[in-house]
Amino acid sequence: MVNKNARATNPLLGQDHWNIQLDENGRLKHFLTIEGLGSEILTEILDTAENFTGVNNRTVKKVPLLRGKTITNLFFEASTRTRTTFELAAKRLSADVLNINISTSATSKGESLLDTLYNLQAMQTDMFVIRHQDSGAAHFAARHVAPHISVLNAGDGRHAHPTQAMLDLLTIRQNKGHDFSALRVAIVGDILHSRVARSQIHALNTLNTGEIRVVAPRTLLPANIEKLGVKVHYNLQQGIQDADVIIMLRLQKERMQGAMLPSELEYYQQYGLTSQTLKYAKPDAIVMHPGPINRGVEIESCVADGEQSVILDQVSNGIAVRMAIMSMTLGTSAQQTGDEK
Amino acid sequence: MTKITSPDILIQSLTQKLTEFLPKKNITDPVMVGIHTGGVWVAKQLHDNLQISEPLASLNISFYRDDFSRIGVHPQVTPTTLPNEIENRHIILVDDVLQTGRTIRAAMNELFDYGRPASITLVCLLERDGRELPIRADIVGQQLTLSDDIQVKLTGPEPLAFDIKNTTLS
Amino acid sequence: MKPSSAILIKQGRLIDPANQLDAVKDIYIENGLIIAIDDHIDQAKNSAVQEIDAKGLIIMPGIIDLCARLREPGLEHKATIRSETIAASKAGITTLCCPPDTDPVIDEKSVVDLINHGVKHAGHSHIVCLGAMTSKLKGEHLSEMAALKAAGCVGISNASQPITNTLVLRRALEYARSHDLTVFIEPNEPYLSNHGCAHEGAVATRLGLPGIPDAAESTIIARDLELVAAIGARVHFGRLSSARSIALIQQAQQQGLKVSADVAIHQLFLTEMDLSTYNSHCHVLPPFRELRDRDILRQAVASGVVQAICSDHQPHEEDAKLHPFPATEPGISGLDTLLPLTFKLVTENILDWSQAVTALTSAPAKILGIDKGHLSIGACADLAIINPNKDWTLETTKMKSQGKNTPFLGWNFENQVVHTIISGQLIK
Repeated sequence: MVNKNARATNPLLGQDHWNIQLDENGRLKHFLTIEGLGSEILTEILDTAENFTGVNNRTVKKVPLLRGKTITNLFFEASTRTRTTFELAAKRLSADVLNINISTSATSKGESLLDTLYNLQAMQTDMFVIRHQDSGAAHFAARHVAPHISVLNAGDGRHAHPTQAMLDLLTIRQNKGHDFSALRVAIVGDILHSRVARSQIHALNTLNTGEIRVVAPRTLLPANIEKLGVKVHYNLQQGIQDADVIIMLRLQKERMQGAMLPSELEYYQQYGLTSQTLKYAKPDAIVMHPGPINRGVEIESCVADGEQSVILDQVSNGIAVRMAIMSMTLGTSAQQTGDEK
Repeated sequence: MTKITSPDILIQSLTQKLTEFLPKKNITDPVMVGIHTGGVWVAKQLHDNLQISEPLASLNISFYRDDFSRIGVHPQVTPTTLPNEIENRHIILVDDVLQTGRTIRAAMNELFDYGRPASITLVCLLERDGRELPIRADIVGQQLTLSDDIQVKLTGPEPLAFDIKNTTLS
Repeated sequence: MKPSSAILIKQGRLIDPANQLDAVKDIYIENGLIIAIDDHIDQAKNSAVQEIDAKGLIIMPGIIDLCARLREPGLEHKATIRSETIAASKAGITTLCCPPDTDPVIDEKSVVDLINHGVKHAGHSHIVCLGAMTSKLKGEHLSEMAALKAAGCVGISNASQPITNTLVLRRALEYARSHDLTVFIEPNEPYLSNHGCAHEGAVATRLGLPGIPDAAESTIIARDLELVAAIGARVHFGRLSSARSIALIQQAQQQGLKVSADVAIHQLFLTEMDLSTYNSHCHVLPPFRELRDRDILRQAVASGVVQAICSDHQPHEEDAKLHPFPATEPGISGLDTLLPLTFKLVTENILDWSQAVTALTSAPAKILGIDKGHLSIGACADLAIINPNKDWTLETTKMKSQGKNTPFLGWNFENQVVHTIISGQLIK
C-alpha cells in the first residue's frame, strides 16, 4: 500500500522542527501540536475517529488494537475530564493505563520532568500522555524520550491542546459537513491564556476554514494574534454575526484578579453568549465549549443546554478522537507491508 | 496454473449452494455480514439474490487485526454496521478470498464483541492454500492451489474481477 | 599575578583605536607594562625575552567585559572565579566587570574584600565589581556607596533587580552623583514583564510563551532619563534589546545627558525566531526581539549610540536548561564567543575593525572609568593576539567556561584568539 501521507520529500517540511511529530515516512509519531501537520493527516485522524465512534456505541466498547501496550497519563495540572477521556480511550483500545498526577508530588520534591519521564520509561511505557503547565513541555518530552515511545500533548501551558482541537473539528464536521471553506467560525473569550484556541486556529486554518474570528477585549488577546490567520473583534455581536460555529472559551476566575477584566458581570454583559446574543449568528449555528462551563460567566444555561449546543457531542467525540490518535501514533513504528489476508 | 472462474459465475454458484444449505441447517432469518471491502461486494449480491429481509451488515475488522504492530492502523471510511442485536442470530459471514484465516479470526472476534450468535456460516468466493489458523469455509465458490508468490485480490465493486499478481515480479 | 619576563611581539597589526593606531608594529613588554611600540624593535641580544611572531595576526587591547556573572560567591556549582577567569583569559578578555547580584550581595565592603581575596588566589584576569545600589538589592534602602567605592567598586547597580519605587531611585541617583559614581541600570519594569520569558510578539503568541513587551524596557529608560535630566547623574544602561530603547537613548545623548549604553553580543545575532524550537539556550532576559530590533541595535553600535558590547556571561550547569522552556534559567555562557561574534560583525560589514575593537575595549573602560583598553607606552600590558583567518566551529569541548549553555554551538567563526597577555604575562 502506498503511504499517502509520505512527506519526507517535501522540502518545506524536511528539517522543520515541528515534524519531530512525524516519522521518516511522514506518519504521525507524536501528537504535540496541529502546526506542521497537513490536511491529509488531520482528515485521516477524523476518519479514523469516525470509525471509533461506532465502537463507543456498542455493548462491548473495546477493541484489542493496543493489547499489551502501556499508556501513561502524566498530568502535572489537575484535570478530570481530559484525563478521563484519555484513560477511557486507552482502555477501549485494550491498553494498560497508568495515571500519574504530579501537581502535588514529585516536582514539588524537586524531581524534574526529565527524571519523571526516565523513571516511567524504565517501566516500559509505550506512550506518554502529558499535560503540563509550561508551554513546550510536550516537545521537550518528545525530544528526550526513547525512540520507540510516542508522546501525546494533553495541553502544555498556553501553547497547544491538539486533541481538543481535533475533537472540535470532528464535531463541526459532523454538524456542518466536510467543506470547511464555507464556514465562519467565531472563537470567543480568553484567547490569551488558551491553548485550546491556538490549536483550534491552526486546525481550522489547515482545513481551509472560510473565516476565523476571535472575539475578546484586548486584555485577553495575545500580541499579533492576527498573524495566526484570524480576524479580531472586540464586540461580541459583530464577532458572531452570521457565524456558523461559535466556540466559547472558559473564563478562569483568577483572570479577575489580574486586572484583566473589571468584573464578571461586565464580562458576561459584554461577551457572554445568551439566547439574545446568539440571534446574531446564523439560525443553524452550533455552539461549542471545551468545558468545564462557567454558567452565567461566559454562557447562559439555556444556550449551553439548548438545541444549538453540541457541547456533549464534543465530550463523546473526545474519546473517539483520542482512540484514533493513540492507535495512529502507536502504529507508526510498524513497517508498511502489504494488506494481509 | 488453474484457471480462476469469474466472480459473477462464482456468486451464482454460491447463491445456489446457500439456497440448499440454509434449509438443511434450519437457518431462518439470517444476518448476512460482509467483510470490508471485497466481502461486502460479494455479500451485497448474495443478499439480493437470496432476498434476505434483515439489511446487509458489514464488518470493518481493522481494529481487530493481529498485524497492528507491523502495519499500524488505517483510516477506514466505512465503519462496522451490524444490527442492534446479534445475540442468538444466525450469521452468514462473507469474504472474498480465504487465505491465512487471520481476517476471519479478527471478524469472529469482533462479532463476539457484539454478542453471542447462534451460528456463523463462513462463505468465501475463493478458497486458496496458505492457512495459518484452523479455519475453513462452509461454502466456497472455487478452491485453488497457487504458488506462494501469487497474490489474488478481488477488485470492484463494478465489475467484480480478480486481480492476480506475481509478487516476485513486481 | 606574578611579574613576568619580557615579551617582544613582532610585526603584528596593532589595532588601538584609543590611540588612533592601526598599523604593523613591534611591541615590547616588560614588568607588566608596555615599554615600547615601534616599527622595528630589536632585542636579539637579550635571550630572556620571549619573542612572538605575529605576522598576519592582530594585536589589540585586552577586552573589557562590562557584565560577566562569575557565580562566585553563591552559585559555585555553576562556575567559579577560577573557572571563569581562566575562560576569560583564553578568550582575549583581560578585565571582567562583576555585577553585584552575587550571594551575598555586593552591598558592603566585606563582600568586595571576599571577592578580591578570591581573585587574588584564583583569579586569572582582572576583575572589577559594581556595588549594590540598594541594600540586598531590594530597592528600599540606599547602600553605603561611599564605602563600596572606597573598597574598589567602580560603579553601582541594582543588577537585574528593578527599583520600583521612583523616589528611592531618585535618591540613589542623587547620592551616587554626590560620590561621582556611575549608575549601571538594567532597565526592566517588572509589572510589565510579568514573569514572561519571550518577546511579546508573533512568536511568543504561537508558542504560547508568556510575553515581555519591549515597553517593559523602554518605559524604565524614559522614567530614568527624566531623573537623569533633573539630577545630572552619570547613568549607563546595560543589555538593551529594543529599538524603542535606542531611540530614547539617542534622544537623551543629543540633549547632552551623560548617558551611555551597552548591548549583549547575542542580541546582535539572534531574534525571537530562534525560539521557535523551544531552544532553551535562547532563553535570555531581556528576550530576543524582532529582526528590526536586532538591526537597529547593530546600527546603534556602529553609530556610537551604544558604545560597548558585552558578553552578559551567565554560565549554567546542564540541568538548568533541561526543562520545558519557561522553567529553564535564562542566560548564555558568553565569554568564549564574545570576541569571535563581535568580529563576525566586521566580516558582515556591520562594523569596521576600529569600531569593533573600541566597543570591546576603550569604550567599556571609559564607562567603568578605568585606565585600560589602550596600548599606550607605560600602560598595563593587557592585550589579545588574534588570528583573523582561522576557520573554526564552536563545540562544547572547545569552551573554556564551566557553563556550556550557548545557542552558538555549531556556528562557524573566522577569528580566533591566539594569545592573551594579562599584566604582561602570556596566558598558557
